[in-house]
Amino acid sequence: MSAAKPLSIQALETLAREIRFRTIRNSHLTGTPHLGSCLSCTDLLVWLYWNVLRLDPKNPQWPERDRFILSKGHAAPVLFQVLAERGFYPRADLENYGQDGSIFGEHPPTPDHLAGIEAATGSLGHGLPMGLGMALAARIQGQAYQVYAVLSDGECNEGSVWEAALMASAQKVQNLTLFVDYNKWQATGRSNEVLGLAPLAEKWKAFGWATAEIDGHSFEAMADALGGLSRDPRPKAIVFNTVKGKGIPLMEDDNNWHYRIPTADEVVQCANVLQIPHEQIALDGRTPIVHG
Amino acid sequence: MRNAFADEVTQMAQADPRVVLLSGEIGNRLFDKLRAQSPNQFLNCGVAEQNMMGVAAGMGLSGLRPIVYTITPFTTVRCLEQIKVDVAYHESPVIIVGTGSGLSYASLGPTHHSLEDFAIFRAIPNLQVLAPWDAPSLRACLRMALASGRPTYIRIGKKGEADLCKDQTVPAIGGGLTLHKGRQLCILAVGTVAHEANAAAGLISARGINAEVVITHTVKPSPTALYDDLIEKFEYFVTIEEHARIGGFGEDFQSYLAMQRLTRRVTCLGTRDAFMPVVGSQAFARTYFGIDAAAIVQAAQSILKD
Repeated sequence: MSAAKPLSIQALETLAREIRFRTIRNSHLTGTPHLGSCLSCTDLLVWLYWNVLRLDPKNPQWPERDRFILSKGHAAPVLFQVLAERGFYPRADLENYGQDGSIFGEHPPTPDHLAGIEAATGSLGHGLPMGLGMALAARIQGQAYQVYAVLSDGECNEGSVWEAALMASAQKVQNLTLFVDYNKWQATGRSNEVLGLAPLAEKWKAFGWATAEIDGHSFEAMADALGGLSRDPRPKAIVFNTVKGKGIPLMEDDNNWHYRIPTADEVVQCANVLQIPHEQIALDGRTPIVHG
Repeated sequence: MRNAFADEVTQMAQADPRVVLLSGEIGNRLFDKLRAQSPNQFLNCGVAEQNMMGVAAGMGLSGLRPIVYTITPFTTVRCLEQIKVDVAYHESPVIIVGTGSGLSYASLGPTHHSLEDFAIFRAIPNLQVLAPWDAPSLRACLRMALASGRPTYIRIGKKGEADLCKDQTVPAIGGGLTLHKGRQLCILAVGTVAHEANAAAGLISARGINAEVVITHTVKPSPTALYDDLIEKFEYFVTIEEHARIGGFGEDFQSYLAMQRLTRRVTCLGTRDAFMPVVGSQAFARTYFGIDAAAIVQAAQSILKD
């Protein structure tokens, strides 16, 4: 019913490579954008889903489960791959991704429509307040679950994020942890230039949160940071210094991949970089879905 | 209505540990009893309504029955996207209560008026919209909303509203209450402005017109069964609401008639498409916008003469 046996770093790395590839392949086949944003938080999601979250994929509404909210809902394409691999639904379910009538698109649907989802995000700045409500509900009802949320740095433009930061601090909400995927880019520019985000970790600290700042692609640093803050009575914020497009040299730190869709040739290049066997590329000569 | 709200929520919280009141930095002393009795069931969320609505939605998805309370503009349009996405889309059982609705705070200016909430919420799926007219109907609306387990917006007045129900039972969601029986035309009112309709009844009668006065709290779901009953009985209608004519209750009634391909003579009283730049009492504001008892009388006379 949990992440009882944490995976080794090597196992996490293997999973992250596979999830990265499936997300890229899916982007090509379905015309789904935000690859750069997906790849910067892939390591974080893999670590959370295999080594942190207490979940039961066969009983997704298990009342004692930890709650996870992907507040940067535009990274849903990687979350959908993670949930399938974690056993919430078969990977075959993803075959209709992006087709008319599919539940799998650019953003998470509501919990009623897909196992493993706690909140339908996509409009930025909603996930943290909802997560705060879930964390307060645990306290009010005497439940022991933890609430985790992943925010993007661009999302920290939203005032509602800081409203939640203030309330979580005032309420001394101990069971709420957020991770900022600080890849230094938002849709159209450098996140520190668009709205003066830096120094980001200091901001969370000033808002009364127990704060850490780490290399957001180091599984070891993730475990150390979370472990180091776990006994702190305050809400916790861990700033993940990440690279947009991480893992793929042709995409890394290139903001074109906020929207760009990889070609078939690029998918093959990615497979090579990620050490994915060629039989798994399986583009099958399918015509990619193209959105207007 | 404010005091009845505090009292009713205190009782509900005592009876049901899932009930939690989220207040947006309002109601100084109003909730002292609740806070003393159930400190875990009251949270002051500060002046941060977007967060408050998201918190409520998260609580509703985690087994609680949150009630969100502040002045109407700030619990409606200020956090509209949180209502649409976090509450309504997720079908989170949140009860949103706006106090001082319509022109209750006429003297505070248009920042504190709410004349667009029906219009906006009518277009949001999954949301019930209720507008009680006095303390008993407010209490009933709260209980019906809780029992329904549905996202619900309740628009309430301020204080001092007389009881209109008297010994009658507050109708269920979708129902109406007949205050005065009549034959010639029907005055159909929603929310606290029902008091103007009630006051108009005597004035109309003195002019030899026999009018029925029916009040309802239900804006959404559209009270079509009530409409059907009244449409069968009456040829002439005056609807009245403390809300813009655009997108309001009267428009819902008229669109229902049109969709049923029925023809009735209807005058819809509501606020015109304008802000009120001057201050004044609620009574002044109702006169200013032509939604007071005198305006109802005039509308009733005109429609019968046409």
